[in-house]
Amino acid sequence: MNAPVNFEANGRSPGQRQRLVVIGNGMAGCRAVEEILARDGDRFDVTIFGAEPRVNYNRIMLSPVLAGEKSFDEIVINGQDWYDDNAITLVSGDRVDHINREAKTVVAASGRIEPYDKLLIATGSDPFIIPVPGKDLEGVVTFRDLDDVDKMLAAAEAGKANGGGDAVVIGGGLLGLEAAHGLSLRGMKVTVVHLMPTLMERQLDEAAGWLLKTELERRGQTILTGANTKQILGADGKVAGIELADGTKVKADIVVMAAGIRPATGLAAAAGLDVERGILVDDHMVTSDPDILAVGECVQHRGLCYGLVAPLWDMCRSLADYVTETPSGFEGTVTSTKLKVSGIDLFSAGDFSGAPGPNGELCEDIVMRDAARGQYKRVVVRDGKLVGAVLYGDTADGNWYFDLMRSEADISDIREALIFGQAFASGGARLDPSAAVAALSDDAEICGCNGVSKGKVLSCIEGGAHSVDAVRATCKASASCGQCTGLVETLLTLSLGSEVESGPKTMCKCTSFRHAEVRELILEKGLREIPQIMQELHWTTPDGCSSCRPALNYYLLCAWPGEYEDDQKSRFVNERMHANIQKDGTYSVVPRMWGGLTNPRELRAIADVVEKFNAPMVKVTGGQRLDIFGIKKEDLPAVWADLNAAGMVSGHAYGKSLRTVKTCVGSDWCRFGTQDSTGLGVKIEQMTWGSWMPHKFKIAVSGCPRNCAEATIKDFGVVCVDSGYELHVGGNGGIKVRATDLLCKVATEEEALEHCAAFIQLYREQAWYLERTAPWIERVGLDTVKAALFDDPETIGRLAARFRYAQQFMQDDPWAKRAAGERADLHNHIATVRPLELEVVQ
Amino acid sequence: MIGNWLDIGPVTQIEPGTARTLPVVGGEEIAVFHTMRGEFFAMVNACPHKQGPLSQGIIHGDVVACPLHNWNISLRSGKALGGDEGCVPTIPLRVDAGRIYLKRSAVVAPRAQDADANAKAA
Ligand SMILES: Cc1cc2nc3c(=O)[nH]c(=O)nc-3n(C[C@H](O)[C@H](O)[C@H](O)COP(=O)(O)OP(=O)(O)OC[C@H]3O[C@@H](n4cnc5c(N)ncnc54)[C@H](O)[C@@H]3O)c2cc1C
Ligand code: HEM
Ligand code: SF4
Ligand code: FES
Repeated sequence: MNAPVNFEANGRSPGQRQRLVVIGNGMAGCRAVEEILARDGDRFDVTIFGAEPRVNYNRIMLSPVLAGEKSFDEIVINGQDWYDDNAITLVSGDRVDHINREAKTVVAASGRIEPYDKLLIATGSDPFIIPVPGKDLEGVVTFRDLDDVDKMLAAAEAGKANGGGDAVVIGGGLLGLEAAHGLSLRGMKVTVVHLMPTLMERQLDEAAGWLLKTELERRGQTILTGANTKQILGADGKVAGIELADGTKVKADIVVMAAGIRPATGLAAAAGLDVERGILVDDHMVTSDPDILAVGECVQHRGLCYGLVAPLWDMCRSLADYVTETPSGFEGTVTSTKLKVSGIDLFSAGDFSGAPGPNGELCEDIVMRDAARGQYKRVVVRDGKLVGAVLYGDTADGNWYFDLMRSEADISDIREALIFGQAFASGGARLDPSAAVAALSDDAEICGCNGVSKGKVLSCIEGGAHSVDAVRATCKASASCGQCTGLVETLLTLSLGSEVESGPKTMCKCTSFRHAEVRELILEKGLREIPQIMQELHWTTPDGCSSCRPALNYYLLCAWPGEYEDDQKSRFVNERMHANIQKDGTYSVVPRMWGGLTNPRELRAIADVVEKFNAPMVKVTGGQRLDIFGIKKEDLPAVWADLNAAGMVSGHAYGKSLRTVKTCVGSDWCRFGTQDSTGLGVKIEQMTWGSWMPHKFKIAVSGCPRNCAEATIKDFGVVCVDSGYELHVGGNGGIKVRATDLLCKVATEEEALEHCAAFIQLYREQAWYLERTAPWIERVGLDTVKAALFDDPETIGRLAARFRYAQQFMQDDPWAKRAAGERADLHNHIATVRPLELEVVQ
Repeated sequence: MIGNWLDIGPVTQIEPGTARTLPVVGGEEIAVFHTMRGEFFAMVNACPHKQGPLSQGIIHGDVVACPLHNWNISLRSGKALGGDEGCVPTIPLRVDAGRIYLKRSAVVAPRAQDADANAKAA
């Protein structure tokens, strides 16, 4: 089986032919041989070494084999007859260990030595094994070849005995998700553990990743994103589960490592070829040794390594052109991805990172969402060309977009229609979308949600509705999901020209909805996550902006207390760091002093902190507490630990939240005092601290109408009188001073507390993000607020109960958690660099 | 090759959507960003406006909004976006096998590096 045996058809005798040795019997190696044979069948005697003990098969179809949709026989590309017919010597199940460039031979594990004139390295990639304890346990497998599939099938088979068995897949990329899908079809309970917040983050953006995650969860898989594997747990030398960095443990009978691949460059590097991430090749696939070529995933071409087959085919063509002396040259290519999971349509291609072009040309996103159909489409345009596309739910236009990308076609003329797909964009007269809308018949449906026809919208506009808002109010078109807002706007422009009135401002440039509408829709549709809101309400950007993200985060926090998990990435620096950033980048720290009361222990702790951390200034704030300035972010947890030790908690001086309750000394000491204003202030602060609000919220309690605590310029102010408590709301001392409005008068402390809770909750539920109580009350009117609180005698109790319910999740000192080590990454430096030695000191 | 690049540790040390800092003794502090889309960037941790610590801003897309006065800075170019003008020196960064590397020469003298690049571009 050593020498080629079959040379009948040869024009050249064996002695004249060159010896081509191929290392790697995989997809690229065999395709390269096919391409060479197609050009010149006589040029080489071919020997192919393959480490796997089988013929050439279609690796990408291993996923359907795992899922039970195909058998191995169906995915063979070239059976033994192909090798025989073409006089190719296949040395399978024998790994090449060494290349001797001097002698021009390769040495295999079996000891076999094979001389070459030309050598082709096509060793593919090795799965990347994340270096965690337990990675070598039995039951930890990769997903690269048929043996891996067999191991997974065996685990699924073994699992059948005990109700299915548990599988953990580490890595939520293409490979991991296909493994998870297969295992789950085979009856296993699958958990996917993914380091990044978004599944397939290299191919998908947050929005599409969220849709995919939701669908996989609906199918019964558990998807853990942002999950860092700490170790693989074992029992008796076998896998038992995994443990994540946050301490979560997941049971597993099998762990599939699908955390990425690395080009298999070991052989080439040992032979002294130039290697970086992959084996370096030129446009003709020639390595740094002119007699050694390389193709496939193992190479690095113009700085890029590829992990998909399409570019490998192009490489094989230019390799064959070169060795048969008609060089063409591979120039690199854009790639596209589809996920092979039945029932999920997902397409991604090109660059959608938003990177500017070589001359700084900026990218522009065009996004279209259809919540009813679960669709998301995004295309990225740069300098009049399409450079990237992500499609979820409807991938029919994927190939068209991909062609536009590859041909670098100028799409300026069809830009407006691009997102609607090929049928629309190439529809001649319909090139101009406003012409398309004009051409619609009167009974064409504009708003699917509310069943409003074009005729109805037009008559509404004739009737005086001259803004999107007015149209929404009169005929409900675009009042539900907002997807048809564009159509309504076009109809307005068509009917009124420049007379269109722009309505009140939308939440931000990412949406056509206003704050109030978003708040209502969150409740109405039960929206529970930021990406879900963006999908269902047809956000026009992939992941929002720094205006809408914090607002949505607050709205969700308010709508779903105890359920919604605060998204730290959507928080401004102060709320993320739990301290106030100063102009020099240091922070100020304000511990809570309930009602402005303090004691020697607290004062001592503050004094000690000031000395210990060299704080350059301490100041009494207008909110009756002490502010320690000049603390470095890395010292914050230690400062908090010291303050916590003296019984103090965060003062939230940094938050859109309850700040302080300012009090006067009241009836205990003051000769004018009518009630215990200090005591009531402390009770109010204990009830309200820690609550997140649309904006900052300040409270004060004065013991008599002399009002030393300035309660009438607070968001909620109490002025004690002989007969009880006057409750004032909507005051503000800021740029525009506003005195409070009197809300009502109550007789007891309990009622004062109850009304305070109810008012705050009403504000939390109804105001827009970043709207203080003063502008809120001016916008809606004091009468509306009063009506909302007092028309139904039960309302106060209900609002107060909702506030107290939410508070049980909020009154958990954020400083204590940080002091105990939570999110240390936000405080600590990565390391320090000392330039002299240029060493990283960890 | 490796000699030109400084290994600053694993990618997992920076959560997506956040940034962390790397002080340089005798030099300028560097901020290393990890975007929600999974890309990494490094630049001097000082806003071109009034030296705000960019590492503490909200990261959206490949832009960071400065925590002090909300200038938007491109993580790719270091340039201030919108109507604002100014530029932060960026530090060449690469990720390999799960680790982050910064270009040594740029770590020590980020502004010299930048001047070089600008001279070449001009
Ligand atoms: C499960 C799965 C699903 C995939 N799905 C898709 C998809 O949908 N779309 C897509 O485009 N791509 C997909 N891919 C990727 C695609 O399979 C690869 O890009 C392609 O196989 C790479 O071809 P290659 O020849 O470079 O490497 P391989 O096909 O891996 O071939 C390399 C061969 O070399 C052998 N070898 C290595 N070292 C030696 C040695 N020293 N001696 C002898 N032999 C050696 C290996 O055993 C292997 O058989 C998928 C991959 C997997 C694993
Ligand atoms: C609109 C303009 C205002 C802005 C932007 C503003 C901003 C701030 C900021 C950033 C802090 C935190 C300081 C720190 O701890 O580092 C603060 C604290 C404070 N401000 Fe203002 N402020 C404004 C108006 C006012 C007004 C008009 C008053 C009083 C009438 C006021 C009273 C206070 C008090 C008492 C504190 C300390 C709060 C506490 O102890 O928690 N502020 N303000
Ligand atoms: S408000 Fe009235 S009770 Fe309070 S300190 Fe002033 S005078 Fe005394
Ligand atoms: S310092 Fe960055 S915006 Fe002012």
